[in-house]
Amino acid sequence: MTREDEKTIACRCEDISVQEIKDAIHEGYADLQSLKRYVKFGLGPCQGKTCILLAAQILAREMGQTLDQIMTPTTRPPVDPVPIGFFVKGKEADDEK
Amino acid sequence: MDDNRIATHPILTWDRGTPVRVTYDGRQITAYPRETVAMALYAAGVKQYSTSSRFYRPRGMFCAIGKCSSCMMRVDGIPNTRTCVLQVQDGMDVETQHGDGKFPDVQAAMKGVKEKNAEVLVVGGGPAGLEASLWAAKAGADVILLDQNPQLGGQLVKQTHKFFGSAKENAGTRGITIAKKLIEEVVATPSITVYSGFTAFGWFQGAVCAADQDHAVLFQPRKVIVATGAAEKMLMFRNNDMPGVFGAGAAQTLMNVYGIKPGNKVLMVGAGNVGLIVSYQLMQAGIEVVGVVEGAPRVGGYLVHASKIARNGVRIMTRHTVLEAVGSDHVEAAIVAEVDEKWQPIPGTEQRVECDTICLSAGLKPSTELLEQAKLDLAYTGELGGWVAKRNWAMRTSNPDIFAAGDASGVEEASTAMMEGKIAGLQAAYDLGHTDVPVEEQKETRYNLDDLRAGPFGAKICIGLKCVEVLE
Ligand SMILES: Cc1cc2nc3c(=O)[nH]c(=O)nc-3n(C[C@H](O)[C@H](O)[C@H](O)COP(=O)(O)OP(=O)(O)OC[C@H]3O[C@@H](n4cnc5c(N)ncnc54)[C@H](O)[C@@H]3O)c2cc1C
Ligand code: FES
Ligand code: FES
Repeated sequence: MTREDEKTIACRCEDISVQEIKDAIHEGYADLQSLKRYVKFGLGPCQGKTCILLAAQILAREMGQTLDQIMTPTTRPPVDPVPIGFFVKGKEADDEK
Repeated sequence: MDDNRIATHPILTWDRGTPVRVTYDGRQITAYPRETVAMALYAAGVKQYSTSSRFYRPRGMFCAIGKCSSCMMRVDGIPNTRTCVLQVQDGMDVETQHGDGKFPDVQAAMKGVKEKNAEVLVVGGGPAGLEASLWAAKAGADVILLDQNPQLGGQLVKQTHKFFGSAKENAGTRGITIAKKLIEEVVATPSITVYSGFTAFGWFQGAVCAADQDHAVLFQPRKVIVATGAAEKMLMFRNNDMPGVFGAGAAQTLMNVYGIKPGNKVLMVGAGNVGLIVSYQLMQAGIEVVGVVEGAPRVGGYLVHASKIARNGVRIMTRHTVLEAVGSDHVEAAIVAEVDEKWQPIPGTEQRVECDTICLSAGLKPSTELLEQAKLDLAYTGELGGWVAKRNWAMRTSNPDIFAAGDASGVEEASTAMMEGKIAGLQAAYDLGHTDVPVEEQKETRYNLDDLRAGPFGAKICIGLKCVEVLE
């Protein structure tokens, strides 16, 4: 009996299960960066706020490592979802907000 | 009231105002002006806000403070809107989002990006950010304070219990009272400009960009204080993404800030202080707590809190964990089981617990995204909740123009967050040449902070700080 399988969601933004992450680790994606790129978790609207730590925990457990051996992936803007229209419109004169 | 709004409460009252009209998937629901979209829907009994992008799983709220993006819906034609932090407006049109969502209606009133200079920019208006703003302003700096929630105060605005901490620093006062005082002071300070409902979402060559639903502002600050708080940790069990699974702090936000019942029968996972306090507060709001599940052999939080809820007949199940949330589109029960010393479930010990809500209180993770993006030196420090920025005693990080304070710099408590905020705020002002507050004030705060951490619960924090308080 386990508490996890394909119905245990690690990344809720991109719908990635714990099982998919475990499978990828066993395929050889054994560091957080390549695991993230291959499985594509952490790239959703929350930018990994919910899932990166879970992925790191799974990786640590599967590889027999401690969490501090697993570096944090880099974050890029936007760190939260915002309308893309701002960027399309570009800058405006500074009157009032 | 025949909805999920709480009518009477022993400590709190809610001044809801006159209802506004909100359309949800074509039907009218009642909402009150101070509510956010997600709260109004929840009060009306709506718990599912979207279906997920790949597997079309039902999704609802999880964090209730804008961190997890679980509550995204289409609002007035704009998809992927975090409804838990968006205040309702009369005539708003809200739709369930299915999968990746429909193309946005671009005619939605999108403005271009404005630019603003700022001496000190404070991101996050919880206890740390409020104190940082106040003291930077007192020292003579012009301050801009951003918070993505419509209301200032961070986690403090939901803490109805009397505080732990030293006498000098508000022990015995309720969190909500401290918050009210701080917010009033900030709002009354002319040199602080507050942008409520604005999310700082990224750095662009030293500028911080922030936006609400239809404005974006590119702030060009000289000093930035990141006080973005922390996010509740998720746990791994089957159907952990089902509507009805909440962070414990989220349940607290629903009932204490908005006066809305998160559920009728709640299972709490985690018996640390947060789990115990929230369990007790649920009971105060007239909600049944069906049990508290804890993996460790002992309760982690203060015993006073544990005995308070045990006295009221709540089962505290130590050495247990949750294996599954049961239900189709909303939690109907939980499967829990006993665990061994390695926290592995023991076969044959599974039992079904009837509940409509599962609250997770498995600890907090510092919200360091903006600090990571600024390419600061970070260190993984379990004692402080995860990756945190290295800094000096004045909370200055490896980039001399960027400070971190409060839970974002390591999960601790509100009293310490306030002191860190004060120290960082003063330092940012000093670095800019503002000296209206003597340095002795900052030094004394530093001593008080050390004193507070000298207690038994500070020991763990001090171990963590040794790894990160390293810069000169
Ligand atoms: C149930 C419970 C009980 C507690 N009891 C106590 C107690 O008795 N005593 C005690 O001392 N402490 C207690 N605490 C802890 C205390 O509440 C926190 O440590 C404290 O609130 C941290 O303050 P902060 O300012 O760092 O973060 P927060 O209060 O979390 O504030 C952070 C703010 O930043 C905003 N924000 C985040 N990201 C962005 C962004 N990108 N852009 C704009 N804004 C952003 C958020 O909206 C939020 O308002 C308790 C906590 C909980 C959950
Ligand atoms: S949960 Fe993975 S990106 Fe949001
Ligand atoms: S972002 Fe709204 S529930 Fe988490």
